[in-house]
Amino acid sequence: MTAKQKWIQLGILAVIMLALPAFFPSGYYYRVGALIYVNALSVIGLVVLIGYAGQISLGHAGFAGIGAYACALAPEHLGLHPALAVLLGAGVSALMALLIGRPILRLKGYYLAVATLGFGILVSMVLSNERSLTGGPDGMAVPDIGLRPLLRDMGLRVSGGEFWYAASALVLLLGAWIALNLHQSATGRAMRALHGSETAARTVGIDVARFKLQAFVISAVYASVAGSLLALQNGFITPDVAGFMHSVEMVTMAVLGGVGSVLGATLGAAILTLLPQVLTVLADYEQLVLGFVMILVMIFLPLGLLPSITARFRGRGV
Amino acid sequence: MDAFMQFIYSGLTVGAVYALVALGFTIIYNASDVVNFAQGEFVMLGGMITVFAFDAGLPLPLAAVLAIVIAAAIGVALNKLAIEPARGAPVVSLIIITIGASILIRGASQIVFDKQLHRLPAFSGDEPIHLLGATLLPQSLWVIGGAFAIFVALWLFFTRTLLGKAVLATANNRLAAQLVGINTGFVMTLSFALSAAIGALAGVLVTPITLVSYDVGVGLALKGFAAAMLGGMGNPKGALVGGLLLGLFEALTAGYISSQYKEAVAFIVILGVLFVMPQGLFGAKKTERV
Repeated sequence: MTAKQKWIQLGILAVIMLALPAFFPSGYYYRVGALIYVNALSVIGLVVLIGYAGQISLGHAGFAGIGAYACALAPEHLGLHPALAVLLGAGVSALMALLIGRPILRLKGYYLAVATLGFGILVSMVLSNERSLTGGPDGMAVPDIGLRPLLRDMGLRVSGGEFWYAASALVLLLGAWIALNLHQSATGRAMRALHGSETAARTVGIDVARFKLQAFVISAVYASVAGSLLALQNGFITPDVAGFMHSVEMVTMAVLGGVGSVLGATLGAAILTLLPQVLTVLADYEQLVLGFVMILVMIFLPLGLLPSITARFRGRGV
Repeated sequence: MDAFMQFIYSGLTVGAVYALVALGFTIIYNASDVVNFAQGEFVMLGGMITVFAFDAGLPLPLAAVLAIVIAAAIGVALNKLAIEPARGAPVVSLIIITIGASILIRGASQIVFDKQLHRLPAFSGDEPIHLLGATLLPQSLWVIGGAFAIFVALWLFFTRTLLGKAVLATANNRLAAQLVGINTGFVMTLSFALSAAIGALAGVLVTPITLVSYDVGVGLALKGFAAAMLGGMGNPKGALVGGLLLGLFEALTAGYISSQYKEAVAFIVILGVLFVMPQGLFGAKKTERV
């Protein structure tokens, strides 16, 4: 990928973000759009971890949980501004990823999957069981970030949906920009090299453990910030955000769209965020169809949607 | 001491179920290198189908056999329709396929059956047995005995029969097995049928104790997966030991520390074991070839 391709990808993303609201039939769709961008943000983190460095995680919802509850707890107990709580959550997640990453990332394949799974389950268990602090499975309220009154004073009146649509879009653009830069950097190349073969990467002098750990910490921060944004825009949070199914959802979005590609990840996030909204019409058949779609895409488009489609356009076949 | 024995009994009962689920993971993994996250759904299907067949008037043994046969057929369908077409896909894709299959099976059973909790009568009454100062339900003996019988039967199958040896050979080296004339495609199908049947049997045995509903599969799959990894993926002995250990940890934690965190301790132990032994307790060491 050249620098030009990077700006093209960011440009496409920005244009879609700007154009989309023109097609929204009601204000509710700003909420859906914001949700897509937040999901895409955490999925881009997984693109770095799975797509670049080739490591699996079935526990990244744990970091999303840390980010989300940081925004719920820090303002109340530490008197921190919600915006700063996002940073605190990201810091805690990074530290956590750093601590557990070193031993966990020695594991490979399914062993790594079960270890990360264990981490995610531990986080969600603490969130559900420490009722006095987190309100348990019923969840807890998250304070408003208080930026809208600030904008109003500057003469800009936006609805809650519009505000979060714009805020999530901006953070997603920033996240995509960082991930695309990383792809071309020496660090990104090292990550992709160890993805190909750890032994070969080690032979040419790449500190495999270090770059795996970096990818893990970076993806944890993405998940954490996404969790924070989710908590702030919903104004409410439950331990489900850290649950196993959320981890699975994140990985599925990443792989569905194309796990090596930032745009693909966003597409995957968009589809899997919209699908349940559409499928609610089907009521009881929702899970059936969801499972069916997951299987079909993986069988027929094993590289994910976007890479398979672009490969077909270039006439390389899949 | 009495309390301790009580926790041991309940730990062994749950552990036996985990061991059976882990065994299902192991069999499929050996034949195809796939970790089948839909394994827990077979346990659910075993319980659900038995309950509905039994309520429809079938005698219990017949209902159980019907459930096991249907589950095995679904296992074969899973292999033919979802796993074989994705041959050679990366690990992440395979994980998503089997998780997708588990969501699909769960969704289908919620429509075919219902969302209620169901129970079966215990096979030989509810009169508790007093043993070493603690009490044990007869159904627990069924579960533990059933798990034990399955392990013995499988051990005989793998070591004493030609077909069993063909499965082992395929697990060891697929290409070499093909070269000596083993039909590895059939071995894979057989493995899916076998592990689905084992899962369904576990479901039949445990339903009188734990009840069953359409969504019990996820939790069981996670525990079975964890148990299999704890023991070392691909090793039946590891599945047995891993499952029993996991059950005992949970029961002892629930008894002495906190029932809310019983699952937490299990996962902390797994993380601890994997730090020291990255291949699990009995797993074979693998090296990367360049």
